[in-house]
Amino acid sequence: MSALGLPLVPLPELPRARRADWSGSGFTLLSAIAAGLIVLMVVVILGDVALNGWATVTWEFLAGAPREGMTKGGIFPAIYGTLLLVVLMVVALVPFGVGAAVWLHLYARQDSWFTKSVRFAVHNLAGVPSIVFGLFGLGFFIQFIGREMDRAMGLDVVWGQPALLWASLTLALLNLPVVIVTTEESLRTVARDQREASLALGATRWQTVRHVLLPQALPGILTGAILAVARGAGEVAPILFTGAAYFLPFLPKAPTDQFMELGYHVFVLATQSPDVDATRPLLYGTVMVLLALTFLLNLTAILLRSRLRARLLGRG
Amino acid sequence: MSRSLALPHSPASVRARQRLREMAIEWALRACAFSAVAGLVLIVVFVFKEAWPILSNPETQKEASLAGFVATPLWQPVGEVPKYGLIPLLTGTVKVVLIAMLFAVPLSVLAAVYSSEFAPPRVREVLKPAIEMLAGIPSVVMGFFALMVLASWLQSVTHSPMRLNALTAGIALGLGIIPTIFTVAEDALRAVPRSFREASLGLGASAWQTAWHVSLPAASAGVGAGVLLGLGRAVGETMIVLMASGNAAITSADAFDSVRTLSASIAAELAEVVVGSPHYSTLFFLGALLFTVTFLINVAAGAFVERLRKRLAGA
Repeated sequence: MSALGLPLVPLPELPRARRADWSGSGFTLLSAIAAGLIVLMVVVILGDVALNGWATVTWEFLAGAPREGMTKGGIFPAIYGTLLLVVLMVVALVPFGVGAAVWLHLYARQDSWFTKSVRFAVHNLAGVPSIVFGLFGLGFFIQFIGREMDRAMGLDVVWGQPALLWASLTLALLNLPVVIVTTEESLRTVARDQREASLALGATRWQTVRHVLLPQALPGILTGAILAVARGAGEVAPILFTGAAYFLPFLPKAPTDQFMELGYHVFVLATQSPDVDATRPLLYGTVMVLLALTFLLNLTAILLRSRLRARLLGRG
Repeated sequence: MSRSLALPHSPASVRARQRLREMAIEWALRACAFSAVAGLVLIVVFVFKEAWPILSNPETQKEASLAGFVATPLWQPVGEVPKYGLIPLLTGTVKVVLIAMLFAVPLSVLAAVYSSEFAPPRVREVLKPAIEMLAGIPSVVMGFFALMVLASWLQSVTHSPMRLNALTAGIALGLGIIPTIFTVAEDALRAVPRSFREASLGLGASAWQTAWHVSLPAASAGVGAGVLLGLGRAVGETMIVLMASGNAAITSADAFDSVRTLSASIAAELAEVVVGSPHYSTLFFLGALLFTVTFLINVAAGAFVERLRKRLAGA
């Protein structure tokens, strides 16, 4: 018994000359190996594409059209089609996505069933397989909306067939959750006191949105739009039946035209080529262009977002 | 630029007009938010609508019916007598997804533990962008890589007679879902309060004991959510399996057989199908099936995230 009347606790045995903790260091090592393997695989994939693709990507390749059964020539129609596709998608997508995020952030009563159902829909829309979006685009936009438009206008088949417009609207719905989530995240970084100051000065809610929230949330909105573009440029399954074409001798001019697209072109060159060896350089070149495009976009989005996060942390 | 603010002394008519404008804007924004709900509902309505003849139309049912889906052992939709048996497609999907999960889950969870528990900041600065790059690779490019490179490597190691098989597709698919599992699991691990780790380390536990006995159990719901989200993506992913699996509808348990999955069947066949035909309805039925399965998986993942939030907040 000690002076305080408490039982003495025997001192723990001091570790003798630190026995090596084999199972422990094994676990740590295993986790490091897993992380290393993932990095290695990324390097291998990108390295393979870069090594085999760089020689193909010339000015003629970027600006020319496919020739001789796609064994020669370039990919300009696919680049052009991809750009049209994502521009139309962004035009349709951003107003809805940003509007929805603003409403969720500033107007919605968080506990109402309507708000909850919107959040539920956003969460689950993000998990719908992209091929199901393709089915939806065919069943809804082409077979329903397009057919009805043709019938109403007394046309033969103009709208009721695969087209640039329907493909971009399908992709817009696919990417709606991306824009809503990133925009709402960036609205949260706008300091609450600024919003309250604006309202306290007598500005209406919309004036606060227009002049305080949106200007500050702009980087986040851009991030969302860019991420959507990066994803939109690479998604093939939703456009398989809604507008992408194997080969077109002309560039699309109207929203009812079909179009060539980079991702779909990769698929076509990789699986439908009559002469695999002749197509190989073109295939690697197309993949390289597609990867460069999506990476540049993703990189921009990541940089914008990290600046945004820094601002959020800086304000506490 | 003049900004009109609703000052208290502005005339009543101006204020009334402004109030009207505010209301109109609020309803417009509410409509934007509703578009997400409408989109999800329309997907359900129109995918299920096109699949409906399978259940209701006797003409369609002569060729393709629920009973036939189960009883027919073969998937031969373009033969003289079309055969729509789902068993080969279901086994194929399960096989590829299982291989993908066996490959991706241990790698991503271990890497997430490494990143959140052990990695020095400098290593993390390499690991995280690498994962983001992997996430940025479009699935058609992953399919291309599996088809052109991975398939040949695997064949030279396994000497499998079929170059494109369930193993090739499964590993490529696993690569595609690693970012999903890693990101969610790592977020969950990093959300474990610092005090948990400090208490464990303070009691004399080593770093790996803390990771294994404290951090991982605390974040288990989040890790589970990551695994489920990865599973949902794997089931629905199309381009990778379409390009790397060989697409032969064979019912077997052999990982070296070529396989055809639900998603790849839709992608490969829908473009050449007559609208409204039994084959068309069958492919939409496969889509409805995919939607239902992934939807349930995602709802479950959402419940896991909710549980994690409660557990960490209540701690």
